[in-house]
Amino acid sequence: MTGIFRPENAAQVVEAVAWAAAEEEPLEVLGRASKRAFGRPVQAGHGLELSGLAGITLYEAEELVLSARAGTPIAEIEAALAEKNQELAFEPPDLGPLLGGEAGAGSIGGVLACNLAGPRRIKAGAARDHFLGVSAVSGRGEAFKSGGRVVKNVTGYDLCKLMAGSYGTLAAMTDVTVKVLPAAEKTRTVLLLGLDDGKALAAMTRALGSAHEVSGAAHLPAALAADSEVSYVREAGGAVTALRVEGTGPSVEYRCAALRRELAELGESEELHDRNSAVFWQEVRDVRPFVTRPERLVWRVSVPPQAGPAVAGALAQGQDALAYYDWGGGLLWLALPPSKDGGHVGLRAALSDCGGHATLVRGPETLRAAVPVFQPQDPAMAALTRRVKDGFDPRRVLNPGRMVAGL
Amino acid sequence: MKMPEPDATVLARRREIARALNAIVPGEGVIADRDELAVYESDGLTAYRQRPMVAVLPETVEQVSRILAYCNAEGIKVVPRGAGTSLSGGALPLADGVLLCMARFNRILDIDFANRCVVAQPGVTNLGITKAVESEGFYYAPDPSSQIACTIGGNVAENSGGVHCLKYGLTTNNLLGLEMVLIDGTVVRLGGRHLDAGGYDLLGLMTGSEGLLGVITEVTVRILQAPETARALLLGFPTNEAGGNCVAAIIGAGIIPGGMEMMDRAAIHAAEDFVQAGYPLDVESLLIVELDGPEAEVDDLIARISAIAANCGAVTSRASESEEERLKFWAGRKAAFPAVGRISPDYYCMDGTIPRHRLPEVLKRMAEMSARYGLRVANVFHAGDGNLHPLILYDANNPGELENAEAFGAEILRLCVEVGGVLTGEHGVGVEKRDLMGTMFSEADLAQQQRVKCAFDPDSLLNPGKMFPVLHRCAELGRMHISRGQIPFPDLPRF
Ligand SMILES: Cc1cc2nc3c(=O)[nH]c(=O)nc-3n(C[C@H](O)[C@H](O)[C@H](O)COP(=O)(O)OP(=O)(O)OC[C@H]3O[C@@H](n4cnc5c(N)ncnc54)[C@H](O)[C@@H]3O)c2cc1C
Ligand SMILES: Cc1cc2nc3c(=O)[nH]c(=O)nc-3n(C[C@H](O)[C@H](O)[C@H](O)COP(=O)(O)OP(=O)(O)OC[C@H]3O[C@@H](n4cnc5c(N)ncnc54)[C@H](O)[C@@H]3O)c2cc1C
Repeated sequence: MTGIFRPENAAQVVEAVAWAAAEEEPLEVLGRASKRAFGRPVQAGHGLELSGLAGITLYEAEELVLSARAGTPIAEIEAALAEKNQELAFEPPDLGPLLGGEAGAGSIGGVLACNLAGPRRIKAGAARDHFLGVSAVSGRGEAFKSGGRVVKNVTGYDLCKLMAGSYGTLAAMTDVTVKVLPAAEKTRTVLLLGLDDGKALAAMTRALGSAHEVSGAAHLPAALAADSEVSYVREAGGAVTALRVEGTGPSVEYRCAALRRELAELGESEELHDRNSAVFWQEVRDVRPFVTRPERLVWRVSVPPQAGPAVAGALAQGQDALAYYDWGGGLLWLALPPSKDGGHVGLRAALSDCGGHATLVRGPETLRAAVPVFQPQDPAMAALTRRVKDGFDPRRVLNPGRMVAGL
Repeated sequence: MKMPEPDATVLARRREIARALNAIVPGEGVIADRDELAVYESDGLTAYRQRPMVAVLPETVEQVSRILAYCNAEGIKVVPRGAGTSLSGGALPLADGVLLCMARFNRILDIDFANRCVVAQPGVTNLGITKAVESEGFYYAPDPSSQIACTIGGNVAENSGGVHCLKYGLTTNNLLGLEMVLIDGTVVRLGGRHLDAGGYDLLGLMTGSEGLLGVITEVTVRILQAPETARALLLGFPTNEAGGNCVAAIIGAGIIPGGMEMMDRAAIHAAEDFVQAGYPLDVESLLIVELDGPEAEVDDLIARISAIAANCGAVTSRASESEEERLKFWAGRKAAFPAVGRISPDYYCMDGTIPRHRLPEVLKRMAEMSARYGLRVANVFHAGDGNLHPLILYDANNPGELENAEAFGAEILRLCVEVGGVLTGEHGVGVEKRDLMGTMFSEADLAQQQRVKCAFDPDSLLNPGKMFPVLHRCAELGRMHISRGQIPFPDLPRF
C-alpha cells in the first residue's frame, strides 16, 4: 500500500472514493483495521481508513436507538450503553485477539460490515437484525442513505441488510444507526457435565425447544473446557454443555430451576451466576479456546443445528481437529492444524448434504489468497452477486477480492 | 395515481399470450375472461382498481420459471400476488401485465421441530404455519392482524409485522431461507435451515422488496415454543402525553413487553361501541400492555408496570385475571379497523413510524389537520415501536372526498418524516406512497436502490409502477460521471 486516506468527514470519503473510481485505483477499506486479517487479502494501492469518523451522534435510551459515525470504537459504544444498562443485544464478538491483535480495538462499522454476532444470535439475531439506518459512499463515489432511526420501517429496499456482511465491498459506511436493548437484570447458566456430542445436541435441542427462552447454548469438549477461566468449567473434568437464561430475577430463577429439572436425566448439572456467566460466554463469543492455539487454522461453520455433530465428526476423521459448538449446535468453531488446502475441500464436502456455510476466519495470508475464504456460490448466485456488486462498485475499487477473487 | 403507460403492442397480443401461458399451466390455471378477472382488480387498498390483462395460477416452481422466462423474453410485465391483502396497492394489477397468483402454492413442505423451522410454499397463510406446529406447543411469531388471510410469501415481500413484533421481531428477523425465481427464469436458493446465509444478505434484501426483485416459491421460517402464560394490562390516561410518557417509562425501566398497543379517544369509542371490550370511555389514551413468559415473570412485571403507570397518572389500571379477560382486552384493539368501518362509510389506513417521544406533538398536529380537511381521524398505534395507524374517515360517494382523504394522509406521512420517522412501518410503499418517496430519499438514494433492482430485473418487468416514483433505465443508472483530477485532500495526513 502506498498511502492511506484518513478522511475526517463524509464529504472527504466521497472525495477519496470518487478519485479512486476516476483513476481506477483500488482502495482497501478499513474501520480501525482490527479485522484486517479476516477475509481474502485485498490488492489495493491505497487504504481508506475511517477511524477519523468517530463519535456517537445520537443516543436515546428510551427510544432504544443509537447513531454513530462508522469509525467509532465499539468499546466506546458499549461503555455508553452500559451507563444506561443497555447493550447491543447481538453480542458482537471481539475477534481482535483471535486474529493476533489487541482486544477492544474494533469499530461499529467493522462489526456491521462483517455481520458479527455472538451466542445470543439464536434469540436476538445478528448485527443485521439491529442495523436500522446507514449513510454510505458507494464505489461510484456517491453518497446515499437507507433506512432510518426507527425499528418499524419498510420504506424502500433494506440496504442495511446488504451492507451487513458485505465486508466493505459495496460501499464505505460513514454513519450508522442501530437498535439497542436493555441489558438483562440477571443471568444464570446451567452447566451439564460430561455429555458426548450427540447427547449434548439432544440437551441443547430440548432446551431451545422449550419455552424457557434460552439465550445461549454451547458445548465444549473436555480439552477446551479445561482452558476456561471459570473454575466450574475448568474443573468439570470433562465436556461441558452450557445453557444461558437471562431476564428479571424471578424469571431467571424459575427457568434455571426448570431446565435443571427437565434435563436431570442427563446427569449432573451446575449453575453459573452473573459474573461467571459473563466470563464464560465471552470466552465462547470471542473464540477464546483458539486464541491460545495461534498455529491453528480457524473455521466458522454455520449449519442446521442437528447437523453440527455429524459435520464435526466427518471432519475429525483421521485428523487432529478441535471443535466446539455454539448456537445450539448450529455454529461450529473448528481449529485445524496448518495444511496446504486449509481443509476447505473436506469441509465444504461435509456441508454439501445438510447445507450451510464455512468461513476461514484465521489463516496465513498466502492460504487466504489461495483457497475460498467464504463459501463458494453456485453459478446463478455468483452471477447475481456480481450484478449486485456492479450496482454499487462497477469499477471494483472497494476492497476488490476481499470476499471472492475478481470481485 | 399514474401507472406506467400500457403497452399497446402487448395488449394487442392478449389472446396469444394467454395461449402461451396455457401451454405452461394447462386447464383452469389461466384466467383471461374479463368478468372472471374482476376478483383480482384490487388488493386491500380498494381505492385503486385495475383488471390485469391475464391471470395465471401456477402450481410448480418449474411453471413459475417458464412463465417468467417467457414474459422476460417477450417483454411482458408481471405482478406477483399472494392473498391480495396489501394495504399499499403492492399487488395492484397492470392493464398490460400478467398477474402471477401464488395461491396454489399452499402446502407445508416440512415441519422440522428439531431444527425449529418450517418449510412452506409461499401461498400458505401466516396463521397456517402456526396451526401446523401448535400441537407441539410451537408458533410462528410475526402476527399481522390479517393473519388468517395473508400469505407467508406476501409477508416476506412486505416484511410484515404484528403486535408481538416488539419483542419477537418482524418477518425479516424470523426468516431463514427462500427459494425464488428471477425474471429470466433462474431459480436461486438463499439461506436454508442454518443462520446467516453467507455472501451478500440477499435474504434480507428480498424481505420487504414488494415483489420487485423475484418471485418467492418457498419460505423457511423459524418457529418458537409458545410462552407458558400471558397477561395483559389495560391502562387509561387523561392525556396522550401521559400515555406516551408511560410507554417511555416502561422501556426506560428495561422492560420490553410482548406487545404494547395504544388507542386514542376516537378509536376507543368506536371499538367499545362495536365489541364492548370494557374500555373506559373517559380517557384520552388507552394502552394495552401484554406480558408473556413464566408466571413468576409475568406477575412480577405486571406489578412493576402497574406502579410505573400509577406514577405516570393512569386513571384506569386493570390486569387480566383470566385468559378470557386477556382476550377481551384485546378484542377491541383487534376489531379497531372494522369498528371504525362501522362509523364511517370508508376509511383510509395510514402507516407511518415516528420516534416515540414525538407522539404528543404529532397527534396535536394531526388534530389540526383533521379540522382543516374536515375529516375525522381515529388512531391506533404499535406504541412500543412508534408505528402509527391513523384511520382517516371519509365517504367515497361524496365527490372529492377520497382525494381529500389522500391529501390528508400524505400530509400525515410528510409530518412523520419531518419529525425523524418514515413513510411506512409495515404496509409497504406500493403505489400508495410511491410519489412520497422523495420526501424521505434524495435522487441519489433512489438511484442506488434502483441499481439494486437492475441487478435482479434489468428491464423492469417485475411489478413496475410500485415503490419508485420515476423509473430510470438501467443503462442510464449504470453510467458513471467521471471527473478525473487532483488526488483528494492532499494536505491531510495520508500515511
Ligand atoms: C454458598 C455459595 C454457593 C455458590 N455457588 C455458586 C455457583 O453455583 N455458581 C457460581 O457461578 N457461583 C457460585 N458462588 C459464587 C458467587 O455467587 C459468585 O462468585 C459471585 O461472588 C457473585 O457474583 P454474581 O454477580 O455472580 O452474583 P449474583 O448472581 O448476582 O448473586 C447471587 C446471589 O447470591 C448472593 N451471593 C453471592 N455471593 C455470595 C457470597 N459469597 N455469600 C453470600 N451470598 C452471596 C448475592 O447477594 C445474590 O443474592 C457461590 C457462592 C456461595 C457463597
Ligand atoms: C385487515 C388487514 C389487516 C392488516 N394488518 C396488518 C398488520 O397487522 N401488519 C402488517 O404488516 N400488515 C398488515 N396488513 C397488510 C397485509 O396483510 C400484509 O402486507 C401481507 O403481508 C400481504 O400478504 P398477501 O399475501 O395478501 O400479499 P399481496 O397483497 O397479494 O401482495 C403484497 C405484495 O407482495 C408481493 N408478493 C406476494 N406474493 C409474492 C411472492 N410469492 N413472491 C414475490 N412477491 C410476492 C406482491 O407483488 C405485492 O407487492 C393488513 C391488511 C389487512 C387487509
